[in-house]
Amino acid sequence: MTLTVDIEHRLGAFHLRTAFEAGEGVTALFGRSGAGKTSIVNAIAGILRPDRGRIAIDGEAVFDSGRGIDVPTPRRRVGYVFQEGRLFPHLSVRQNLRYARMFSRAPEPSGQFERAVELLGLAQLLERRPGNLSGGEKQRVAIGRALLSQPRLLLLDEPLAALDAHRKSEILQYIELMRDELRIPIVYVSHVVEEVVRLADTVVLMSAGEVVAAGSVEEVMGRRDLRGTSAAFEGGAVVDARVVEQDMRYDLATLAFDGGMLVATNIDALIGEPVRVRIRARDVSLALEPPRRISIQNVLRGAITAIGAERGGIVDVSVAVGGAVLRSQVTRRSMEQLGLAPGLEVYALIKAVSLDRRSAG
Amino acid sequence: MTGLTPEELEILGLSLRVSFWSVAVSLPFAIAVAYVLARSNFPGKTLFDAIVHLPLVLPPVVVGYFLLLAFGKRGPVGSLLDQWFDIVVAFKWTGAALAAGVMGFPLMVRAVRLSFETIDRKLEATASTLGAGRLAVFSTITLPLALPGVVTGMLLSFARSLGEFGATITFVSSIPGETRTLPLAIYAYIQTPAGDGPALRLSVIAVLLSLAALFLSEMMVRRATRRIMGHDADGRH
Repeated sequence: MTLTVDIEHRLGAFHLRTAFEAGEGVTALFGRSGAGKTSIVNAIAGILRPDRGRIAIDGEAVFDSGRGIDVPTPRRRVGYVFQEGRLFPHLSVRQNLRYARMFSRAPEPSGQFERAVELLGLAQLLERRPGNLSGGEKQRVAIGRALLSQPRLLLLDEPLAALDAHRKSEILQYIELMRDELRIPIVYVSHVVEEVVRLADTVVLMSAGEVVAAGSVEEVMGRRDLRGTSAAFEGGAVVDARVVEQDMRYDLATLAFDGGMLVATNIDALIGEPVRVRIRARDVSLALEPPRRISIQNVLRGAITAIGAERGGIVDVSVAVGGAVLRSQVTRRSMEQLGLAPGLEVYALIKAVSLDRRSAG
Repeated sequence: MTGLTPEELEILGLSLRVSFWSVAVSLPFAIAVAYVLARSNFPGKTLFDAIVHLPLVLPPVVVGYFLLLAFGKRGPVGSLLDQWFDIVVAFKWTGAALAAGVMGFPLMVRAVRLSFETIDRKLEATASTLGAGRLAVFSTITLPLALPGVVTGMLLSFARSLGEFGATITFVSSIPGETRTLPLAIYAYIQTPAGDGPALRLSVIAVLLSLAALFLSEMMVRRATRRIMGHDADGRH
């Protein structure tokens, strides 16, 4: 599936001007609140009519201002899960789930309903009313309802925002399940870095109505120049790793990645399982020689590839460690005291405690 | 007071029949008008809204007089109905129903419109992402959620038409068995020398009818609200 979006829209003082493409997997629309992310998904769904532009799904235009095309929402076959769930209060959970069936002329794929109910754990809730459900339950029903409309594309607009921490991780797992098992293309709107790192394959970074960057997660999240773009956006690197060892005695996991081995706390994944880790630049220290008698568990040898411009007394240093590039934020004073410069061999120091379940995906 | 005389039963039956039909026929129009007023904007909307409310503020006799002018046998609408469909409403119970319907119309529209306005539009947008066209959204989402307002409107209009006097007596006069509804009958009895007794009995019946209508309305609204929200408006399940 390909989604092509190229639209322009003015809403009062806000000017939206966006162009990007999304393919299979999860495409995250990431940025601060008010960056225009929800307007974009509303335009994709047909709820918002942009002033100008073109939106195409699988090459077929659902909106084209130049040719006067504007496919009405019911015919776009785009599933939408909203932040607030928006279940129909006068219908039972079962009726909510089956709502889309009423308008579908295609025969129902056998077992589809049962599969969705099982996937999302809804069996106990079927005869209940939305008024009696918890936030997490409502979101699962909302996801199921959108899935059962057999969409060719699923839009999720900050689906975790209204949930408490416990529910968030519960629903995140269901979304990961959808991504991995059902293979429906997903557009995921969020302003939370952890969610994006965990779920996304592609990231479209937005700020003030414009696309600032688009590319794979590793690319976009690793870029130095984006630091000031969003308050939620903190410099760092995202690496794909695999669990190679679990130390039960100390509750530590050893992860293998392109640059060597990492020791991390609180990673409850199985050996062999792939895990994505975000190493924040502020958690990486640099040393000219391997330190002795220090609590830091990760000491990785590498070389400085670049040093960024200073901002507020802090400089951003890129360090190549094996096949990966990590980033470190140090004071300018440290940089001068140690004589940091591109090409210099250094040791990157990362506390195992800074790598935990929250930053892994 | 042990049961009703045949005469009283006839009056009661006529009143109920007139009120029932006045509500039944005006309901679809009231829903349509309420929807248009709640959801769309067009030039002249304020004027349209004002016209809909006229029966609420005009003297009922004036409304009855206009009905007579329009629907009387020689009036523009009345003559059309007579020639083309062989329908005459002047001085018939159907005319009483028309008068009652017109007088209760603004009340129905107000109640239904309020209901439409409080429905979360986002739910309707959600329904359309699931494949529902506009008519489907209206019949599966909007109208069911507006049910408490519709029921309230119907019962308000029903109660109003039970008590309708001025427009009725002007348009279809007070013909026993045909257009002499409960209020007209009470009025007629008061004017006759020995009529106090019957007038009082009929008045008590009027009170009981109104109480029953209000009680029924409250019950139905509560049930509809419970269906929609999963609990009562005051939080009880």
